[in-house]
Formats: sequence, C-alpha cells, structure tokens
Amino acid sequence: MTAAIPTPALQDELATVTPATITGRTRKRLTSRWASLVALIIAVLWTLPTFGLLLTSFRPERDIRTSGWWNWFGDPQLTLANYDEVLYGGSSLSTYFINSLVITVPSVIIPVSIACLAAYAFAWMRFPFRDTLFVAVFALQIVPLQVALIPLLRIYVDTGVNGTFWPLWISHTIFALPLAIFLLHNFFKEVPGELMEAARVDGAGHVTIFLRVMLPLVTPAIAAFAIFQFLWVWNDLLVAITMATGAQDVQPLTARLAELVGSRGSTWHLLSAGAFVSIVIPVIVFLLLQRYFVRGLLAGSVKG
Amino acid sequence: MAKSSARRGWAAVGLAASVSLVLAACGGDDGDDETAGGGETGGGETDCAFAEEYGDLSGSTVTVYSTIVAPEDAPLEASFDKFEECTGATVDYEGSDEFEAQLPIRIQGGSPPDLAIIPQPGLLASLVRDYDAVIPVPDEARANVEASFDPSWIEYGTVDGTYYGTPFGANVKSFVWYSPSAFEDAGYEVPETWDDLIALSDQIVEDGSIPWCAGFGSGDATGWPGTDWVEEVMLRTAGPDVYDQWYKHEIPFNDPQVVEAFDTVGEILKNDQYVNGGLGDVASIATTRFEDAGLPILDGNCWMHHQASFYQANWGEGVEVAEDGDVFAFYLPGIEEEHGNPVLGGGEFVAAFAERPEVQAFQTYLSSDHWHAERASHGNFVSANRTVPIDAYESPVNQLSAEIIQDPEAVFRFDASDLMPAEVGTVAFWTGMVDWVTGASTQETVDAIEAAWPQ
Amino acid sequence: MDTFEKFGQMALAVALFVGVMGAILLLVGRARRRADLWQSLAFVLPALLLLGVGLIYPAVRTIYQSFFDRTSDEFVGVDNFTEIFTNSDMLIVLRNTAIWVILTPLLATFIGLVYAVLVDRSRVEAAAKAVIFMPMAISLVGASIIWRYVYEYRPDQQNIEQVGLLNQVLVWLGMEPRHFLVDTPWNTLFLIVIMVWVQAGFAMTVLSAAIKAIPSDITEAAQLDGLTGVRMFRYITVPSIRPALVVVLTTISIGTLKVFDIVRTLTGGNFDTSVIANEFYTQGFSLGDTGLASALAVMLFVLVIPIVAYNVRQLRKAELR
Repeated sequence: MTAAIPTPALQDELATVTPATITGRTRKRLTSRWASLVALIIAVLWTLPTFGLLLTSFRPERDIRTSGWWNWFGDPQLTLANYDEVLYGGSSLSTYFINSLVITVPSVIIPVSIACLAAYAFAWMRFPFRDTLFVAVFALQIVPLQVALIPLLRIYVDTGVNGTFWPLWISHTIFALPLAIFLLHNFFKEVPGELMEAARVDGAGHVTIFLRVMLPLVTPAIAAFAIFQFLWVWNDLLVAITMATGAQDVQPLTARLAELVGSRGSTWHLLSAGAFVSIVIPVIVFLLLQRYFVRGLLAGSVKG
Repeated sequence: MAKSSARRGWAAVGLAASVSLVLAACGGDDGDDETAGGGETGGGETDCAFAEEYGDLSGSTVTVYSTIVAPEDAPLEASFDKFEECTGATVDYEGSDEFEAQLPIRIQGGSPPDLAIIPQPGLLASLVRDYDAVIPVPDEARANVEASFDPSWIEYGTVDGTYYGTPFGANVKSFVWYSPSAFEDAGYEVPETWDDLIALSDQIVEDGSIPWCAGFGSGDATGWPGTDWVEEVMLRTAGPDVYDQWYKHEIPFNDPQVVEAFDTVGEILKNDQYVNGGLGDVASIATTRFEDAGLPILDGNCWMHHQASFYQANWGEGVEVAEDGDVFAFYLPGIEEEHGNPVLGGGEFVAAFAERPEVQAFQTYLSSDHWHAERASHGNFVSANRTVPIDAYESPVNQLSAEIIQDPEAVFRFDASDLMPAEVGTVAFWTGMVDWVTGASTQETVDAIEAAWPQ
Repeated sequence: MDTFEKFGQMALAVALFVGVMGAILLLVGRARRRADLWQSLAFVLPALLLLGVGLIYPAVRTIYQSFFDRTSDEFVGVDNFTEIFTNSDMLIVLRNTAIWVILTPLLATFIGLVYAVLVDRSRVEAAAKAVIFMPMAISLVGASIIWRYVYEYRPDQQNIEQVGLLNQVLVWLGMEPRHFLVDTPWNTLFLIVIMVWVQAGFAMTVLSAAIKAIPSDITEAAQLDGLTGVRMFRYITVPSIRPALVVVLTTISIGTLKVFDIVRTLTGGNFDTSVIANEFYTQGFSLGDTGLASALAVMLFVLVIPIVAYNVRQLRKAELR
C-alpha cells in the first residue's frame, strides 16, 4: 500500500547527469572482503524471514507448535496438509482466484489509460491553470484512502452498482490516479521537445502525436506502472473488504484468505500456508517482469 | 433497480401469507414442540413443516455478516441449510476479522448487511444510537424469544426501550479448564470453594510446578480475557446487585468494591509463583494469545486456565474433552457465601438492517426453537434457548454449559464489559487490563478506566 | 454469477471503457487544431472528475468533519485537535508517527544505498538485487505475518522451545527471550523493521541507477587523488546522488505516513504502538468517533504538506529549465 515510485526531482536530477561510459570505470570501490560480507549479511537478513515461514508452511502442525523451523534440518518432515486445509478446507478457492483476476485486469487498464491521457495533457498541452492543477493532483497522494471509503460506498449504493465489480474497479482507478498521472507525466516530459515539434510541423494533432509518437516512447514506463498497480490491486485487502459486499460473487482471494486464516490468529500452520498462497502469484509475476519494472522505473531517469 | 423492486413486490405477497400462517401457528401452545422436533425427525428428507410460517421466499437473498470466521463458520452455515431448502431463499454469509470497523463503514456507506451477528450488546446500543440504522425486532421473533428465553435476554437486546437484537449463541465463562487425567495422577481434587482453589494452587507450587496459565492477547481486542476475570470475582465478592450498579455506572469504576475485585484477581494473576505456566512471567499474560493460553495444560506445564466454554474448540484434534478425558472444565467456585454461585456468560445478538420480508423471516427463524436446536446439532454451540434438549449438544462441556444457563436457580449475569459503553467496554477496560498486568497498580488502572467513562 | 459471466462482465467493462476513450480521442482528433482548450479538457477531464469525486470531495468533507463532534451533528471548533494534543494516548500516537516517519526512510535508504554500492557491477548483481527487491511484491499483511513469526515469543521454561527466530538467537546467545511486540518503546522499532524490509528494495533500485549514472571522469579523478573505499563513498558517491537520495527519502516518508496494515495486523495499536493512520481507522470506524478520526486525518495532511511542498519546488525548478 505504499507509493514506491520516483518523484520528479529524481527524474530531473538523473536526467541532467551526463551518461557515464560505464566501461571506463574501474572495478575497485568497496569490493573488499568486508564489503562482500556486509552484502551477504544484508541478503541473508532479507531472505531468512520469508524462508523460515515458507519452510514452516510445509511442516506438520504439531512440529510447528512445538519447535522452530530450523529444527527441520535435524528432523526433515514435509507435508502438504496445511496447504490442503487452506485450499480445500472450506469452499474452493478457485472462485476467489477468478474474482481476483476479474478485479485486477480492469483495475490496471482503466487507471493507466486515463492517467496517460491526463499526463500527456499536463506535459505537452496548454490550458489555463495547468500547473496549479498538476500540483493539486500530485498533492492528492497525501489523502489516506480510508477517508474516501464511506463517501464512495454511498455513491455506489445510490447508483445501484453496489454488489458488482464496478465499485472495486472504480475505487482502484481513483486511488491509483494521482501517482499514475504524476509518474507518467515525468516520463512524457522526458521525451525531447524536438520530436513534438517535428510531428507538429507535419500537421499532426495532439491525438496523433499522443498515439503515434508518445505512447511507443513511454511504453516501458507504462509497463512499470502497470506492474506496480497490479501488485497493489492484487495485494489489496482494505478496499476489498469494504467494497466487495456480496461475498462469493465478487470477493477477491485476499479477503477470502483473511476469512480463512484470520490475519491475527495463532494457528501458524494455516497462517503460513495461507500467507504463501497469497504471496505466490504477485511474487512470480514480479520476478518474471522485474526487468521491465526496473527498466520502466529508470527509463526516464538514466538516458542513453 | 427495477429488478429489485419487482422482487420486493413478490416478497410482500409472501409476507402477507406468512403473517397469516404465524397467526395460525400461534393459536396453539404446542407449536413450540412441533418446530423443535422438526430438526430431529428430518432423517433423510428435510421436514419443512417448521418453515411454513415463512412462506415461499424463492429467489430472495439474505446477507449475513459476522465476526465468525473459519473454522467456526462451517457449522454455522450448515445450520442455515434447512431454511434455504424449505423457503427457497439464499443466505449469503460473510465473516470478517474487521467486522467491528467494517460494519459502521457499510452502514454509513448505505450498504449494511441484511443481518449482522453482533458480539456485544454495547456495540448494538452504539449502532442504534449513532447511526439509527437498526430495524426493531419483528413481533413474531420477539414472541419466539419471550417463549423460550429468560426475560433478561430481551433486556440485553433492548436499547432505549426498543427491542433490537434477538439472542444467537451463548456461552458460559465461569469455567476453569484442567486436565482430569493429570489431576488424578498428581492426586489433586477439583476445588469446590475459593479457599480450596487457592489451597490447590499453593499445593501445586509446593510440588514444583506453576498452577495457572492465562493470556489476554486477542488482536485489537486484547485485554478482554482479563475483564472476564474481574467480572467473575466482582460477582463473587460484591454480588450481583453491585455488579449491576457497576456496569450501569451507578457506582464509579474506581469504587473500593471494584478495587477489591481487582486485587483478588491479582492474588492469582499477579502472583509470580502462580503464573504463567509454560508461557512466561506475569507480563507474558498481556501478549499470550487467549487461544494459546490454555494449551500448556496438555504438556503438563500448567494446571488451570480460566476461560469460557467456547475454549474447547482450541484444544486441537486428538484431545479428548470430557470429565474423564484429557481436559475438562470445572465451575469457578464462589467466594462469599451470601452471593451463592453466580454464573458469568456472554452471547451474540442478531440485528437487522433491512425490513424486507425475507430478512424478517430469517431473523425470526434465527430466534426460533427450530434453529437453536438445529444449530446445536452441528456442534460447538451453546444456546440460551430453554427448549433445546441437553442431549442435543454433542460435547460434555456444552451440555454442562447449557445446564447451567437453563438452570432457573443460577444467578446468571451477562459479561459487564459487553454491556458498558464502547469507550469503556471495548477500549479503556481492555487496555486497562493490559496495563494492569504489565505493571500498573490497581488504583491507577481503575482511575484511568473511570476517567474514560463518557459523560 | 458463474465464471463465464464474470469474465463477460470484465470484457464488457474494458470494452466499454475502450469505446468511450476511443470516442473521445476520435472526436478530439477531428476538432480543428486551434480548439486547444477543448482538446485539453477531453484529455484531462476524465481524470479530474474521478479525482474530484473520489478524493477531493472526501478530503474536504474530512476537514469539515474534523470541527464537529463524534456524529458530525454539533460544531465543536478545535476541540478534536485539542484532544489530540492533550490526551496522553494521542500524544503517544503522534510520537510513534514521528518515529516511523523519521526512521523508516532513513534506514531503508541507508541500507538500500549501502547494498546498491556493494553489489554494483558484481557478478551476481541481478540475483543479489532480486533478493532485496522481492519483499516489494508481498502485501503488507503478508509481510506482517512473516515477521510476526520471526518475533514469536515462547517463555524461557523447561520443555518449551522457541519458535521465533529472533528469540531463538537470544537464547543461543544465553539471553532471556523477549516480547518484541510488547515491550515499549522498542516494539515500535520492531514494527518499523518490517517497513524498512519492504522499502529498502525500492531505495536500492533507484539509488543503484543513480550511482551508475555518476560520470566516470569524476570517479576516476577521485581515484587519482587517492580516494578509495568508505571515503570514496562518503565524498563522491553520496554527494553525486544527493537529489536522488532526497527523493527516495520523501517518497518513502509519504508511504510511511499512510501505512496502517503493519500496526493493525501485528498489535492492533496496542502496547503504545498505534500510529495516526491506524488510530484514524480505529476511532472513526470501530469506535464511531467521526470528529476525532477526521482530525487525525487532517493531522496526516498537515504532516505531509512539507514533503509535498518540497517536491513541488523541485517540480517548479524542473519546469523552469
């Protein structure tokens, strides 16, 4: 639920830096034995908690209750029983899996498209109060989404869309917009003005420039934000439990898992398996698309 | 929404039909027995006689929202099956850890569930007063409750003179869990008086073990098991009348009688030699989750654990819960003879947020003898309904609980923290217990809770 | 709804959306070139409308409600704010929020930076980065569960083994196990560790890019002057990427101010660990005190203003360039 996308100052700063000829640099810096050790320690600290819980999720319930996961190495016993209970204990999770998918796809496509249009306008079109409006949009990042829950819910009820997927799609779209517009604006801004001028001279209007010139250039950035938004929506619990009324019909996986294992229970055999069921999809997607994510994140920042 | 208003029209016809049926059914006094029996005689085919009064509700949906999540939600949902089968209505159940926060959001957003199962009368009262969203209980449901429950259950569900919540589940808190087999091996006897209880604790200490284990942890409700301890002792030292004055704030929270109750609890929970078997020192009580707190009994690290009847669900598979089994519970003895043997308990209430006929029908059904017997048959449930036969309960602890609740001689009192205003009952009293057990003095604690009482 | 119907709805929604957007673009595209204002409106309006309804209106409403009582019926002036600044529990909430918003960005950025420098252009750079990066893909609730298991406490008694890694380490070192999530004020730090764990990957990625962008002539010149190791880091690397550092810090600060899942899942705000975002949820929804909750949300707005103001200044500078 956190905003982890660079802000303009970064884009700006990185863009002004003259590209380095990386080959010219030496390999000597902190690469001493100590440096490797520190890096290794950080890497281990960052992986161990996840690994511990992962191993735990495959241990028998009784072992989990009475001993730590490191004891597994002395007494290696694995079981799928915990996953069996989480996945097939109540109703099948596949319904909720589909719900998650149905919620996520439009919740990524819609805000990214709307934000692209707005970001382009803020970057390259002239209209009154443009800069003021843009600052306002940026400032909206500070609004905690909790304050919007009740007013939005009321609107959905009044318009009769409550109980469908629409409240989820619309809510996720709204909550994504400030960051999306802001981020994409910075990428649009990076496109050299000469390209714009050339297109204008050729008689292209804004729509043509937007579709033909701009979109292809900022695709990496769009991909990066789309991945980010995918993670956000897929992992979301608060919007889901507030807006997805009607239980089975629209509830996503996260809400169902919370119901199954309770986020605060002490049944570690269920908690650990439940946690990994919810983690596995975003982590796989993330690791697979990591290259695009990083590239997109940096596309506008490191030229050349 | 043309679709829903059309549905409403059809449902209204159903209501008219069902009202006349109810009137017909109420003619004879034997109606109760018939419906109660309906659950058992079902056999292969479901006997739908009980549902005649609700009419045909085909195509309608009732949403139910509660705090009850897995694994307890499965028997609950199963108990709705017969209603769904016989009336054609669909019951859409949803449970959430975030119930207490989400329910007000949904109410204010205009999207409340049709029915909510509310765990505290205090919460029901604030929902009624703050949001004006709760629909009064239909007359048929009220009649059901009046026929089969102690009148006090009507009182718990009443806010400012209007009746809003019908009783759902109930529980008995005045239990001390122990291991009959371990007691036998060690030669300990189940204590019959408070003095015996203390003597037994001392004996266990002398034998080199730690007698008590306790845990107040429960997410953002952390502290409630501590309030139960204080309430139990309050009933036993100050008596039921003072207890009633206490939760109604007719005496201040820092009254000397309350201080005495805290200190009596402290003789056990704040005694380093008595706690916290298998779990740590006195302060560990604050963090140990209540679900885990009794488990050291199984390993012999602890001997006694005060917790309600519902704790039986936490023992895990393979643990025999019976009077001669691995674990069982004894009644927490009285202290002052003049106050007898009081019983502390709690329960949930069903409140409606919609007036549609299927919602009223389902709320009425949930208050009926038929449903309470049906729910009991699915296990892990105790009802305050007097018509449910004791042997309908599958577990010995639930049978014992039901006996205690149904006993007209028992001095039953509802969990005081559930009856106090939310600012105290679900905040100050809870956090007060956590502070108290992690070092604050009794006087500091009761003064702080008194200060939190809304003016 | 069956699966088919759900996907149908999804396809319909996307198609509907694409259709509307396409129509807008088509109409705008046909407009005469001079009709700039209309074109701009068509580009910006969908976003502004949604933001107005979904964020601006609720924000204004919240500010308004912060001056009213718990049910928004009676005007109470600044009473809610007075309450926040005088009630000892609320002061702890403010203190915790301050600790969070100062420590999280600093720690996450520091670790991210050090790690980025250490693994820069090493043979295992990609894999090493993925390790630190991965927590970003995990929901905060998931991260909370992972760490709760690390902090899990079992008493120091016979027959009892620790199941939480951190307490086991203490025991191996011959110390008493501790209640990491209960003992104030340290418990707040242990919660912050989780946020740092999640955010360090972000800091590392951005800073790593910034480091790679440092011109080689600068580093080479520095090496000729005999700068190596820590001094190189201190005098060349850090100053060169200062703006990137500031941005990473502010971005994580904003995220930190809004975070509530970690506190909610691990302590529920007990044991003096609540922060403003969590307290808002508890007060406003569980306890139904709309006035106090709104005042807390306004406090959040106020706290973020300096960060936003700073970024806006950067933005303005960029526009001038």
